[in-house]
Amino acid sequence: MTRKQRRIVLLSAAAVVLALAATLVLTALEDSIVFFYSPTDIEEKHVAPGQRIRIGGLVEDGSLVRGDGLSITFRVTDLDRAIPVSYTGAVPDLFREGQGVVAEGVLDGAGSFTADTILAKHDENYMPREVADALKERGVWNPQ
Amino acid sequence: MITEIGHFALLLALALAVIQSTLPLVGAARGDPALMRTAIPAARGQLVFIAAAFAALTYAYVTSDFSVENVFENSHSAKPMLYKVAGVWGNHEGSMLLWVLILALFGAAVATFGANLAETLRARVLAVQGMIGVAFLLFIIATSNPFVRLDPAPADGSDLNPLLQDPGLAFHPPFLYLGYVGFSMAFAFAVAALIEGRVDAAWARWVRPWTLAAWMFLTVGIALGSWWAYYELGWGGWWFWDPVENASFMPWLAGTALIHSALVVERRDALKVWTILLAIIAFSLSLVGTFLVRSGVLTSVHAFAVDPARGVFILAILAVFVGGALVLYAWRAPALRSGGLFAPVSREGALVVNNLLLTVACAAVFIGTLYPLLLEALTGAKISVGAPFFDMTFAPIMVPLLFVMPFGPFLAWKRGDLVGTAQRLLLALAIAVFGTIAARAAAGADGPLLAPLGIGLGLWLVAGAVCEILWRARAFTAPAGETLRRLSSMPRAGWGAMLAHAGIGIVVLGITGVTAWKSEKVVQMQPGEAEDIAGFTVTFAGVAPRRGPNYSETVAGFEIHRAGEVIDAFESSKRLYDVQRMTTTEAGIITFYWGDLYVAIGDESDEGLTVRLWFNPLVPLIWFGAITMALGGLLSLSDRRLRIGAPRRARPAAPADAGAPA
Repeated sequence: MTRKQRRIVLLSAAAVVLALAATLVLTALEDSIVFFYSPTDIEEKHVAPGQRIRIGGLVEDGSLVRGDGLSITFRVTDLDRAIPVSYTGAVPDLFREGQGVVAEGVLDGAGSFTADTILAKHDENYMPREVADALKERGVWNPQ
Repeated sequence: MITEIGHFALLLALALAVIQSTLPLVGAARGDPALMRTAIPAARGQLVFIAAAFAALTYAYVTSDFSVENVFENSHSAKPMLYKVAGVWGNHEGSMLLWVLILALFGAAVATFGANLAETLRARVLAVQGMIGVAFLLFIIATSNPFVRLDPAPADGSDLNPLLQDPGLAFHPPFLYLGYVGFSMAFAFAVAALIEGRVDAAWARWVRPWTLAAWMFLTVGIALGSWWAYYELGWGGWWFWDPVENASFMPWLAGTALIHSALVVERRDALKVWTILLAIIAFSLSLVGTFLVRSGVLTSVHAFAVDPARGVFILAILAVFVGGALVLYAWRAPALRSGGLFAPVSREGALVVNNLLLTVACAAVFIGTLYPLLLEALTGAKISVGAPFFDMTFAPIMVPLLFVMPFGPFLAWKRGDLVGTAQRLLLALAIAVFGTIAARAAAGADGPLLAPLGIGLGLWLVAGAVCEILWRARAFTAPAGETLRRLSSMPRAGWGAMLAHAGIGIVVLGITGVTAWKSEKVVQMQPGEAEDIAGFTVTFAGVAPRRGPNYSETVAGFEIHRAGEVIDAFESSKRLYDVQRMTTTEAGIITFYWGDLYVAIGDESDEGLTVRLWFNPLVPLIWFGAITMALGGLLSLSDRRLRIGAPRRARPAAPADAGAPA
């Protein structure tokens, strides 16, 4: 096999692998992306219920209610609008009223959110960046 | 006073770095040996001064000098000494100082041990190292100075983030940086080679050991981080595809491709263009990782909350070095003459496949990590790309690579015998198939249907690696004496490669075990209650308070029974740290031969204490496999043939020797 033939074989093999990988990546991107919304975004952008999304904000003071077993309900607020959230399971150490929270799950048709994951994604100031950004947009950001 | 000395030392190091990046380059272009040799004292001097600065900062931490702002923000007098020292690099400014220290260390190593490199090459390599040093020293002095003083000095500090007060995490950054920054060597060599217009076997013989060392440290660093996340974060997971984890994994993938590609350059003078590109990519990914973690564009418990000014600076550094290197590559790479021809089925061919698949896998991780940032910058939409994406893309790319991996070492250079190789691997295949069937039988109906194939894949890798050593020693075809003789005279690099490849197999076994057959229970328990999991019965004994050096704890004790007998006990606790008022959960873990029993407590309510129980089969194999890989790298490094950097004793020329055999 000459140098040129070898180069062609190599490049074709590489192209095939790349094409397969690109297909995989694009399919995966479509299927597994999860959008983040603040409570105000959900109302203003008319987010359709049933799709998997993340919501974030502050846990509204006084809204945390413990139900049977490990189920809890609370409200997530961006100091403008709030959404009721229900969740069953263990919560991260940093989950507390008045602190930032990001929850992943499904919006139901009645305007409340059923979360299956509560994320401990805080930076060293215990505030998720998306939540801080959302609060900044609302003009109610108060770093403390 | 010492702090000011440290600060001044940094400025001197910057001055030396400027000299190191300019004079040798001019010297190499002009062929002026004196100018070229200025690089050596410059590089050594830079190391001395940065080491002095690092020592000054460490002194400030150890003596709890809270007039230094960095110490105030990250330390406390009651903190244990280990974490006072680890606190030096547990924050942004200090860790950048560690970064440049390791950069200077590698530069001084080339300066000191590179006597048998071509003068111009060494000068150019040190110049590029110097340029990187200038960029980062400027970054530190301008935006991230650890020596800023506070006036008046506070009485005590703010303590280090409790999550970082942990032995695993104390050692994680140094190992990680030895890896990341070690790739700067390969980068410097690649850029120097592009400037020279020549890549040859001598170049590869120099690049490979240093890249292998960097790769080895990075492997340990990533394993430490994963192990820490497992036992500290209290969620039983060991890898979350968190952007910061990916930031360390991508250079590892590129680095693995690089060490294999450099092998082809060394032995066969081929694949030069690809090797240079991989060297540039590996370090570029290290820089991208640095940017991601420190710029504030990411949300992660791992990310430093830094201001955007720093992010812009790092982005500029990225643009200059990566952009510059790639432009140089596009311009000069065609001038590199390529060497030996090889058939598609050959060791070179296998290494090409290896390169291709690793690079593509790295690209997939890259896209998954950066796509959210890109989309947010373009459209403002905030998305997250999590484990499902990576499972869908990374795994299907890696599995074919893992399958062909055992074939590679058997194939000869230039033209390999695929049928013969397959025959030699039949034993490994038999072990793999047997293991798959055994796993299916043992698991019964638990777990995904394809999970036993993961066990088979892991066994295939381990057995394949061992088979290769056995074949080289003519194990079943020659008398035992000869086999033993061959085994004992096998070069260490051969054993090293076997361990490294087997190590991956062990990791695959661990990943399969914990992913497919993990059991989890989240319950509320009162003292005296018991819960069954994976054949064990765990009884909650009760809760008691306890006091630590800088925290107070609530400790929950548990007893473990199996078949009616008490076999062990462990505890999980919640700690409240005095200064930062932050709560962490400490998990209890007992490692049995075949898996980990893991407990973590949650909140207390009227109905009892929330208790999370896991049984993670085979999970210790993940880190055991990583250590095996690193050991393989270490073994290979100790091979005499690779010790090209060691000084050679000059041999006196003797005319009588001319006719004697070498």
